[in-house]
Amino acid sequence: MNQPPAIDISLRSKPIYLAGTRELIVGIAKRLGFSDQLAAQIALASDEALANVINHGYGRREDGIIHVLLWPEAEPGVKGLRLVIEDEGVQIDPDKICGRDLDDVKPGGLGVHIMREVMDIVRYERRDQAGMRLTMIKRLPAPEQKEAHEARSA
Amino acid sequence: MDEPDDIQISSETIGAAVVVRPVGDIDLSRSPVLRESIRSALSDGPGRLVVDLAGVDYMDSSGVATLVEAMQLTKRGGHDLVLCSLTDRVRSIFEIARLEQVFRIEQDVDAALA
Repeated sequence: MNQPPAIDISLRSKPIYLAGTRELIVGIAKRLGFSDQLAAQIALASDEALANVINHGYGRREDGIIHVLLWPEAEPGVKGLRLVIEDEGVQIDPDKICGRDLDDVKPGGLGVHIMREVMDIVRYERRDQAGMRLTMIKRLPAPEQKEAHEARSA
Repeated sequence: MDEPDDIQISSETIGAAVVVRPVGDIDLSRSPVLRESIRSALSDGPGRLVVDLAGVDYMDSSGVATLVEAMQLTKRGGHDLVLCSLTDRVRSIFEIARLEQVFRIEQDVDAALA
């Protein structure tokens, strides 16, 4: 996607900034046509991604930089939302990023599972210089799908 | 810069149970406060710990992890843990994490105490 992002913000890796970031994302997702429930889930997925950067990328350091980029399309010509989160923290093998077995009930390890459950595409990659890039895409459900989703949730 | 702690947590002893009531979003910045409150409530050795989530509009996986930890602590101590009054958004994360069958979840505090 060659278009510049519609939203491009940077924040420090402090948990206190998570609330404002997810409020921004939930607000934009609603304006893009997502239902209240889907918008909240997209915000949850982004929150989990940012928490992982804070916990694992920066090891709870609070002075790391996190870039949040957002495009108001899933792909060119496809309605939805594309979110990219970049950091300058620890690099890890993308193939080793996986959620825990849900049958193994224990604290932690749910973030990646939540992201993959909520979003259509979740892709990690190493950045060239330092840190990781996470791309998450959510396509806007067709109107009938959206209505069905809301009916199921009612 | 002072950072306000916008989660309020109260606890109330009702019979042999302690009801913990957090009010506010529970995310990475707030879950340690909930964890501390739950640990404090359990230190009194209640027969049952009830976490009333009526005042929680948002919870992330760190909040869920705190409750999973609480479940493990209560089991280990021979106590019960009951969650109640989940808002739709909070219930949603339990469903996504497939934990709604793992916890005892009740409609309200009365049912949780029954």
